[in-house]
Amino acid sequence: MNPLELRKQFPILHQEINGHPLVYLDNAATSQKPQSVIDAVKRYYERDNSNVHRGVHTLGSRATDAYEGAREKVAKFLNASSAQEIVFTRGTTAALNLVASSYARSVCGEGDEIVLTPMEHHSNLIPWQQVAKATGAVLKYIPMQPNGTISMTDVEATITSRAKIVSVMYVSNVLGVINPVKEIAEAAHRHGAVMVVDGAQSTPHMNVDVRELDCDFYAFSGHKMCGPTGIGALYGKKALLDRMEPVEFGGEMIDFVDLYESTWKEAPWKFEGGTPIIAGAVGLAAAIDFLTEAGLDAIDEHEGRLAGYAYDRLSEIEGITVFGPKEGRVGLVTFNLGDVHPHDVATVLDTEGIAIRAGHHCCQPLMRKLEVSATARASFYLYNTEDDVERLVTALQKTKEFFGHAIG
Amino acid sequence: MQLDDLYRRVIMDHYKNPRNRGTMDEGSVTVNLNNPTCGDRISLQLQVEDGIVKQARYTGEGCSISMSSASMMTDAVKGRTIDEALAMADKFSSLMKGEPVDFEEYEDIEALSGVGKFPARIKCATLAWNALRKGVVSE
Repeated sequence: MNPLELRKQFPILHQEINGHPLVYLDNAATSQKPQSVIDAVKRYYERDNSNVHRGVHTLGSRATDAYEGAREKVAKFLNASSAQEIVFTRGTTAALNLVASSYARSVCGEGDEIVLTPMEHHSNLIPWQQVAKATGAVLKYIPMQPNGTISMTDVEATITSRAKIVSVMYVSNVLGVINPVKEIAEAAHRHGAVMVVDGAQSTPHMNVDVRELDCDFYAFSGHKMCGPTGIGALYGKKALLDRMEPVEFGGEMIDFVDLYESTWKEAPWKFEGGTPIIAGAVGLAAAIDFLTEAGLDAIDEHEGRLAGYAYDRLSEIEGITVFGPKEGRVGLVTFNLGDVHPHDVATVLDTEGIAIRAGHHCCQPLMRKLEVSATARASFYLYNTEDDVERLVTALQKTKEFFGHAIG
Repeated sequence: MQLDDLYRRVIMDHYKNPRNRGTMDEGSVTVNLNNPTCGDRISLQLQVEDGIVKQARYTGEGCSISMSSASMMTDAVKGRTIDEALAMADKFSSLMKGEPVDFEEYEDIEALSGVGKFPARIKCATLAWNALRKGVVSE
């Protein structure tokens, strides 16, 4: 894998921002799109656009083939048993909400337990809070070690036979840690709970095999993995999807409709009411082709190396705090530069053409755990290089000098 | 974009030496306001008597822009009538839109005019003023 060659395929990266060549380090928020994905979406609208699952005409067949072909591609990408285990959604948030609103509400009752970690993104936290409020279930948290990791001893101590659902992020969008979701799934199953994995930050960066993980549900977004916004998917084991009720009703998802009663299609189509994001699915399929061609293992290795390099280089800056463990992390580095507020850091970096994220990263409980109100985050992808890290380090030095004078 | 346009010396002075930072006990209304997109938060206390803002204090967490703006705002509205304070809030909105306005009542505020060139930071500067609006309405 050659990041410089791959970078050429991303038109957006070749521009100047505030007089400097753009260094895009906000990939954990959303990734940029290669030409092949942009072309696939464009081509779909130029040649094949039609509604799916109903047109008798040629365009209707092409659109349906493209949409269902994308489903096949996602199934293979995650190593699901069949395409029927893939529900297209708007993204990770919608996928997790589907599990919460449909599956969880039907199985959770008074005193049942939903097990999470304190590092979860708001989208893998609030849906469960709502389930708990509606059903009387209780939220329980696997404690986090001071270095941001989860220990299996704590997992074993937290999951009991009262647990109905265990939902954990595969990779933290703040700490960069990779959680032992396979081992957690094993513990969940031993106690009769289902395992939900938030794959938003893992799917773009590493090989994911849902059967190897043996998770029951797995959610991810297309836009963080070179695909368009507005498309993502929920993987669910077929037996579970079959017994779940839809949460959105209308066109496309029905089997037979009468004045007072209706029946649904089988999974996954019963969950996809209304005209779906067909062009998004086409773009996602093109993104999967792009990532497969580059090689997920190679991407993983490249980003791991880059994160290690960034971790070391940033740690050399006096007064900086880098969060999370050095080992066992993915390609992102979260930090604070002394007393300089992360928003101020991000603004100075932006004037140098460098895009990073500043804020709570949709993880307010985790921020409180880290005893900060906000942090800055640089997150890498396959097109980033060591030169980008050097630009970041130089700009951070400049930020320090600027605010050193200003704040004193 | 020049950094010095944004981070003027007056702003840094208010950030480093905040005016009216702290809490007060009696006869005051408290407004808590968050900026949910970035995590900034302010807790503003106003003591209003006979339609006049007698005292204004704040605590909070945020960037140099949001905290210096809170420092300036509390200083600026002290001793003013509610109508005058609201008129200043309107004028501050105009300042953020890049409209030419004078703050002869409290000139330091004009240093924040550069924020208008940094669209992502306008919400930082307006947090304290939004808290003020909420506070005087609830009075």
